[in-house]
Amino acid sequence: MGMTITEKILAKASGRNKVEPGENIWLDVDVLMTHDVCGPPTISIWKNEFGKDAKIWDKNKLVIFPDHYIFTSNKHANRNVDILREFAKEYDIENYYDVGSERYKGVCHIALAEEGYNLPGTVLFGTDSHTCTSGAFGMFATGVGNTDAAFILGTGKIWEKVPESMKFTFNGRLPDYLTAKDLILQILGDITTDGATYRAMEFDGEAVFNLSMNERMTLTNMAIEAGGMSGIIKADEITGKYVKERIDKSFEIFESDNDAKYHSTYEYNVSEIEPLIAKPHSPDNRDLVRNAAGTPLTKCYIGSCTGGKITDFLFAAKFLFRNKVKVPTFVVPASTQVAKQLEIETYNGIPLKEIFEKSGCIIARSSCAACLGGPDDTIGRAVDKDVVISTTNRNFPGRMGSKKSEVYLASPLTVAASAVSGVITDPRDFI
Amino acid sequence: MKGKAYVLGNNIDTDQIIPAEHLVYSIDDEQESKKYGHFALSGVPMSQAGLPEGSTPFIEGDDWQSDFSIIIGGSNFGCGSSREHAPFALMKAGVVAIVAESYARIFYRNSVDGGFVIPYESADKINDKISTGDNLELDLEFNVLRNLTREEVYHLKPLGEALPIIEAGGLFNYARLSGMIS
Repeated sequence: MGMTITEKILAKASGRNKVEPGENIWLDVDVLMTHDVCGPPTISIWKNEFGKDAKIWDKNKLVIFPDHYIFTSNKHANRNVDILREFAKEYDIENYYDVGSERYKGVCHIALAEEGYNLPGTVLFGTDSHTCTSGAFGMFATGVGNTDAAFILGTGKIWEKVPESMKFTFNGRLPDYLTAKDLILQILGDITTDGATYRAMEFDGEAVFNLSMNERMTLTNMAIEAGGMSGIIKADEITGKYVKERIDKSFEIFESDNDAKYHSTYEYNVSEIEPLIAKPHSPDNRDLVRNAAGTPLTKCYIGSCTGGKITDFLFAAKFLFRNKVKVPTFVVPASTQVAKQLEIETYNGIPLKEIFEKSGCIIARSSCAACLGGPDDTIGRAVDKDVVISTTNRNFPGRMGSKKSEVYLASPLTVAASAVSGVITDPRDFI
Repeated sequence: MKGKAYVLGNNIDTDQIIPAEHLVYSIDDEQESKKYGHFALSGVPMSQAGLPEGSTPFIEGDDWQSDFSIIIGGSNFGCGSSREHAPFALMKAGVVAIVAESYARIFYRNSVDGGFVIPYESADKINDKISTGDNLELDLEFNVLRNLTREEVYHLKPLGEALPIIEAGGLFNYARLSGMIS
């Protein structure tokens, strides 16, 4: 019996020739990532458990991106960033990307990719459930709690249970009215929010390998919304090119054997998929956009690790070009690099930033911002009975702020079409 | 390891295990931390509390320890938030092990790495075969759960490398005992 790509990577990281689903194994961690919300308690546990002489196992493998509660006057949120800053100074952490400096990056999962920390065949842990995003690079990446992160910080090792794999194959060429967001919403509706618990979600098929790295990250990013331990896409030429443009490091490419064993396989023809939406209050509450069409909105939001990448804004620009938004629409580039790209990338010869400004969008600074609500002064936060359509990842009650609000999750095409209509709108109406 | 069964259904989330409003108590303070035992499983709807009949309180009155020390669950046990208070609350109430078909990953990790309760996976669905109050025996040598009341045997999946972590009382203790850390 062969192995899946996930089993092969975990075998390598545990120093074995073979691993099987269900086995608990010890892994050597290549990168540990943390941020301003979970970093401070992780550091505290690490200090308590390892004592005054606590040592970081490998400073070069620790990456810290403050990104969650950044542009706020909230004292406790700012104190967390202060703790990270002091820690980075005390221990001379080179991979610390401080707020208010040239080095500030924004949302950790996107910054990991941009800064060259995502390498095919490696193992990355992060104190954030959306750490699975990095799996788009043919690597194993998952989220952990603070205790586990504290242990990694001191030892570079962590135990993990080898997951069964589920395979999702998207055949055909993606039509111009669909994005990766529609594909992951399709899966979530089919398998629900616990359909992939403790499993690796492997994405395959022509439509997946035609996607850019940014779009692939949208797929793997929402694996956690199905309870998945990880999402993964085999590295190919597109992956290699993206990585080599950012870092000069060798890497190993793994792929699943033809006789690898899967928990289950799902096959889709993308020409049969319609633009999709997740209605309040769960990411698996899937429906066709056209079934929700006409729902009045009070806010539109394009941002986050899921939907704030340059590709998301290129999609949005198609409908925002020469059109005014009818409801407040927030453009939140995930990273400072995406923010710069908004000034360089064009649609019909016009820079995206200019298109968004002329359409009346509010452009915010890079951070997680209102995706998870955040402090009261967070830009774009849902208030009172807001009805929001968003490119983000979760629409649990109160997730984006007010518990009275209703959040619909959709692709950047659907959100942009809805922004210029003021009501939920099928992007095919604009194409 | 013997104890009485408390049987639950599928998708027992962390709010049912310990409702969010109770996450205010100190875990370090011996007296105050008993509140976690008192409120353990207090979020489970009465109709689902202690299957198959339901309406069986896990904790009686003002008590903080339960008569039931082995939880029998279905699929996706411990789903929801990452709160480590959930396995801690079960431990405070006197639970030593959970036997469920499957766990949400972070609950499983928190249970093992925090050294709170032992999360066994059953080989088959068993929460429809065991009744609340049945006398159970966990046989760790043969990885089986014996139902002494019904004279039945249920197979458990091996704990694998989680077992020594559990025996040590958590991840950091295990690492110290095995010489991984000092």
